Amino acid sequence: MQDKDPLAHRLSCLKITLSLLAIWFMVSFGAGILLRDWLDVNFPSVGSAPFGFWMAQQGSIIGFILILISYVYLMNRLDRKHGYSEER
Amino acid sequence: MSQDTINFIFIGLSFALYIGIAVRSRAESTKEYYTAGGGVSPFANGMATAADWMSAATFISMAGTVAISGYDASRFLMGWTGGFVLLTVLMVPYLRKFGKATVPDFVGDRYYSKFARFVAVICAIFICMTYIMGQMRGVGVVFSQLFGISIPFGVIIGASIVFVYAGLGGMKGITYTQVAQYCVMAFAYTIPAIFIAMAMTGNVIPQLGLIGDYTVGEQTVPFLQKLNNINIELGFQEYTSGKMSTINMFCITAALMCGTAGLPHVIVRFFTVKDVRSVRCSAAWTLSFIAVIYLTAPTIGAFSRVNLIEKLHETNYTEAPTWFIDFEATGQMAWVDKNNDGKIQYFGPTKSQAGTNSVFKGKSPVYPPSDAPNSQLIGSNGERLLASKADFSNPNELWFGTDIMVMANPYMAGLPMWVIALLMAGCIAAALSTAAGLLLVLSTSISHDLIKKIIKPALSDREEVNYARIASFVALVVAAYFGINPPSAFIAKTVAFAFGLAASSFFPTLLMGIFSSKMNKYGAIAGMLSGISFTVSYIVYFQFLGGQPDQYLFGITPEGIGFVGMLLNFSVALFVKLFTGDAPEYVQKMVAEIHIPSKSTQSQK
Repeated sequence: MQDKDPLAHRLSCLKITLSLLAIWFMVSFGAGILLRDWLDVNFPSVGSAPFGFWMAQQGSIIGFILILISYVYLMNRLDRKHGYSEER
Repeated sequence: MSQDTINFIFIGLSFALYIGIAVRSRAESTKEYYTAGGGVSPFANGMATAADWMSAATFISMAGTVAISGYDASRFLMGWTGGFVLLTVLMVPYLRKFGKATVPDFVGDRYYSKFARFVAVICAIFICMTYIMGQMRGVGVVFSQLFGISIPFGVIIGASIVFVYAGLGGMKGITYTQVAQYCVMAFAYTIPAIFIAMAMTGNVIPQLGLIGDYTVGEQTVPFLQKLNNINIELGFQEYTSGKMSTINMFCITAALMCGTAGLPHVIVRFFTVKDVRSVRCSAAWTLSFIAVIYLTAPTIGAFSRVNLIEKLHETNYTEAPTWFIDFEATGQMAWVDKNNDGKIQYFGPTKSQAGTNSVFKGKSPVYPPSDAPNSQLIGSNGERLLASKADFSNPNELWFGTDIMVMANPYMAGLPMWVIALLMAGCIAAALSTAAGLLLVLSTSISHDLIKKIIKPALSDREEVNYARIASFVALVVAAYFGINPPSAFIAKTVAFAFGLAASSFFPTLLMGIFSSKMNKYGAIAGMLSGISFTVSYIVYFQFLGGQPDQYLFGITPEGIGFVGMLLNFSVALFVKLFTGDAPEYVQKMVAEIHIPSKSTQSQK
């Protein structure tokens, strides 16, 4: 099962990587820095914290963890699909 | 039992544990020395990486930085965690698959050039050296405060302990001690936070307390509103809004993130697990363990700021809590009674025309020599007097260092003595684990990449390990020397330097090495050199040669310039590549191979 179209695997992998990086950019630079003033005003506050502020200090970090967990899940599924998962 | 005795017991026990683990897992071959044999479980490696990553500075001063600058400190919170996303999805799985033991090793092989390897070795040594000096200094300061010994003696004790388990045990020894160190750090950091959250907000979970209500006093108000009110009343900017420009904030966060993804001592940690699959899994664990501390830091910062102000502002010095007197004695807090009313006043920059709130002239307090007459040492209220001249341009009378928010937290909250002892042990664990990880990268860069691959290729496996041990000894002596005689302006700029360099050298070079199979050695070398020289000269110009803030490029401070250096590296590399052709066929094949996540070849020498 070793050579099941490495190119297709690489392309789907790139797709996963780029879409996760887009989310990564949105939760940190987007919500925490660039749009924070707008979010503070227009989004419901988290507890008593304004949304943008909360994203910058807490939400983005939680988001990063979720991104990595989905990366593990998506990549393992992709590897299985292309026959690269190791038999242990 | 006195506090000192309990501190001593806790720290002694933790040391016995670390050394016990190190002796049990002593490295015999280069494979064990460099990558712990490549069989560490993802979970254990996650903890070890987290401990490796969080330095004494993170542990002690981050909460204080948040307390002082509020929203603006988010750049550190996001930068130092978000980097792990980049690291995981762009770097480590591929580098692990490549199967080399060090980062310069990858650069040297991927760019088929000894010169590229040499540049990478120099960068690795420089990054690690700046970093490790600060750690050694931190260990020395903590020891000297704890046991009343001199700082140099404290540095030497710390250095010898690190040498015992890092120099002798190699990666194998380090990994399992770091697991133990992470546990100590996590408990030491979160337990005081939980206590203080319960005291101030009635919430057991600090993160909920931060967004919850402040319950001390007659009426409950939202906690952050309370903090904003205090800040504005005392003349600071609102806690939840920042004063840093958006572009600067953006660049610093980006530089910290990319720097994180390019730091050699973090990358090599992922070479210790079994395969690509375990790397991904381990990286997710790492970030979760780091988040335990990073999600707690903003809560400690906010809680202790309110606590500190409530306890000290407008309090008579004679009625000040005992911990204030203790920290005054160690020089971490200072009070100058400018208006001679015997009360401590704390004010922010907007309370005066001058726009500052500096208590005295100069950055940190200077004290008269201990043999000076009593009238110069003790003031009319019994306070410790400073030799520094008071700054009468503003009414602020209270000075404290950033590390006070974590160190004084348990005292302020009146926590039991064992919590304080645990905190001390955690602080030392943070410094030792980072120092050990850095030392390993330093010694392997020298023994493997410099001696084996460039100077003396006929080295046997056993000799190479011995060279690594000698190199780590020499590196430690140098680091200890600078820890004892710090080039003061330099250590404080560690962040700007280490992250700026990693972001402008390793990150782009590794990224292109992995994702652009045609990138050739000329492009990579030109990119690295231009990125580094731009970043270094910018930092040196503004930090040491007296460059003024109004000369900043687009208003970007030296902390954030690594991001611009990185962009420069990318563009120079791509430009040079246009004229110098593609990388050789076999290199392109090698790169294609990296992307296949099947059973990775174990690191060959």
